[in-house]
Amino acid sequence: MQMTRDLRIVSVQEWREAAEGTVSVRGLSAWYGRHRALTDVSLEVRPRSVTALIGPSGCGKSTLLRCLNRMHEVVLGATVSGQVLLEDEDVYGSGVDPVSVRRRVGMVFQQPNPFPTMSIYDNVAAGLRLAGTRNRGVLDGKVEQALRQAALWDEVKDKLRKPGTALSGGQQQRLCIARALAVDPEVLLMDEPASALDPVATARIEELMVELKRDYTVVVVTHNMQQAARVSDYTAFLLSEDGGGGALVEYGETRQVFEEPRDERTRDYVTGRL
Amino acid sequence: MISTYRRRKLANMLMLSLLGAAALVAVVPLIAVAAYVVLEGAGAINLDFFTQLPSPAGEAGGGMGNAVVGTLELVAIASALATPTGVMAGIYLAQQGRGTRLGPLVRLLSDVLNGVPTIVVGLFVYGLLVLTTGSFSALAGGVALGVIMLPVIARTTEEAVLQVPSSVREAALALGLPEWRATLRVVLPTARSGILTGVILGVARISGETAPLLFTAFGNSFWSLDPTKPIASLPVQIYNFATGPYESWHRQAWGAALVLMTMVLALNLAARWLSRSR
Ligand SMILES: Nc1ncnc2c1ncn2[C@@H]1O[C@H](COP(=O)(O)OP(=O)(O)OP(=O)(O)O)[C@@H](O)[C@H]1O
Ligand SMILES: [Mg+2]
Repeated sequence: MQMTRDLRIVSVQEWREAAEGTVSVRGLSAWYGRHRALTDVSLEVRPRSVTALIGPSGCGKSTLLRCLNRMHEVVLGATVSGQVLLEDEDVYGSGVDPVSVRRRVGMVFQQPNPFPTMSIYDNVAAGLRLAGTRNRGVLDGKVEQALRQAALWDEVKDKLRKPGTALSGGQQQRLCIARALAVDPEVLLMDEPASALDPVATARIEELMVELKRDYTVVVVTHNMQQAARVSDYTAFLLSEDGGGGALVEYGETRQVFEEPRDERTRDYVTGRL
Repeated sequence: MISTYRRRKLANMLMLSLLGAAALVAVVPLIAVAAYVVLEGAGAINLDFFTQLPSPAGEAGGGMGNAVVGTLELVAIASALATPTGVMAGIYLAQQGRGTRLGPLVRLLSDVLNGVPTIVVGLFVYGLLVLTTGSFSALAGGVALGVIMLPVIARTTEEAVLQVPSSVREAALALGLPEWRATLRVVLPTARSGILTGVILGVARISGETAPLLFTAFGNSFWSLDPTKPIASLPVQIYNFATGPYESWHRQAWGAALVLMTMVLALNLAARWLSRSR
């Protein structure tokens, strides 16, 4: 049993090396009931980089993000058309279990949402236990590793049994990041992960994103232009015009999008005129 | 000017004292009942009351041990049947049933069931279990009480699950937990105190029920734990003794009333405490 699991991990790593963990969005549209929230979005997310999604409120950034790990369909009446390729497998392909997609694509929400009844340790271990890890030593090791990656270990190592909700907002958000990292996803989605935090905590999360791109593909939604410019390598600008659902206006290297935008509307937005 | 003001002030005072008086009237019966039951019943409470069988007609002494145990068994059977069913129904109403046609229908029917006179529930179980098996039984009584308890648990569970922020459930799903597991491991523990409150309120609701037991559990003058045999219960014993001709029976009935009232009061306090400590 242990053998096969190790073998699987080795092969996933090699595979990742080769396919490089790309996410390709092709002709993606999304609806909430009859309301169209996203129109024909196509973009290639580069592996091991930070990609920022920017755009005015309501343009569909969160919707796009939630389509990437099939969390969109959790909302009652929400539907999708188009493709999202993870490596080269369509996550919307027939017979693909959303649960297995979500294990490969982790997510961090705008509001920190640790499991209220679980300790710090159990929060981080929740995903591992689900995947069948029971061995105490293995759990301890992975929990510590995830908390270190999330730059939270030093602050909580003496109170791992305390409830996760007893931490500060910024610490809770890093706990949620650790929880997502513990299961070793290929992609990490973050929806305005720092918008509920003070500047110091925000700076920590930003540092973290830059750290994380060494191992993960990071996609982050942000309203903060400086933040997008600081942490991201690529930027996608979405806009919802005359209520038609958000469409991709411009996508490219962050420096280019901010300094030499090709589209008028991008220029207006990044310079604060929209 | 002045006189309008004084008139308004007077009217105001009048209304306020009326409201105050009405509030008093509303609590007076409770206090009166409680005081009366304590006064009349306290004398009958002693060790024998909990350990002895009722003494033969008219003789002094004896107790209601079998009825105390019987009530506990009936409540246990009812809870064992209604808690899992009610909790699962409540989860369905709060989560999977939303946006379907079945969900609102189940909610409506469960509210209707909550309003069905309990004697009708007893009659239904009488037809379902007593006539078919040919015998009154503890099981039939437990089923009747369980049916009465079911909607209480289902609706409080629904409320408790709805109180769990959707962000918590989404966090679990985003981590790759299948829906049933997210419900079991994350949503239910978060809603636990609310659900427990519902179960306790359900127990409080049924422990004083008399009518549905009259023709299901029936009654028993002897010790019995056998679920297939008739069983004694405090409410039915109160009914029988209070309507009987003997002074000693009346005293015992008051004692039983005191025990029952204390039990329900304690359950209600526990439910309050639980829902407040959430
Ligand atoms: N649960 C929902 N039900 C119905 N409509 C929704 C829902 N969530 C979002 N929408 C609609 O979909 C559109 C896109 O919403 P989305 O949340 O993706 O925008 P956003 O770019 O993330 O905005 P913000 O920056 O304010 O977070 C909006 O018009 C919004 O009203
Ligand atoms: Mg959003």
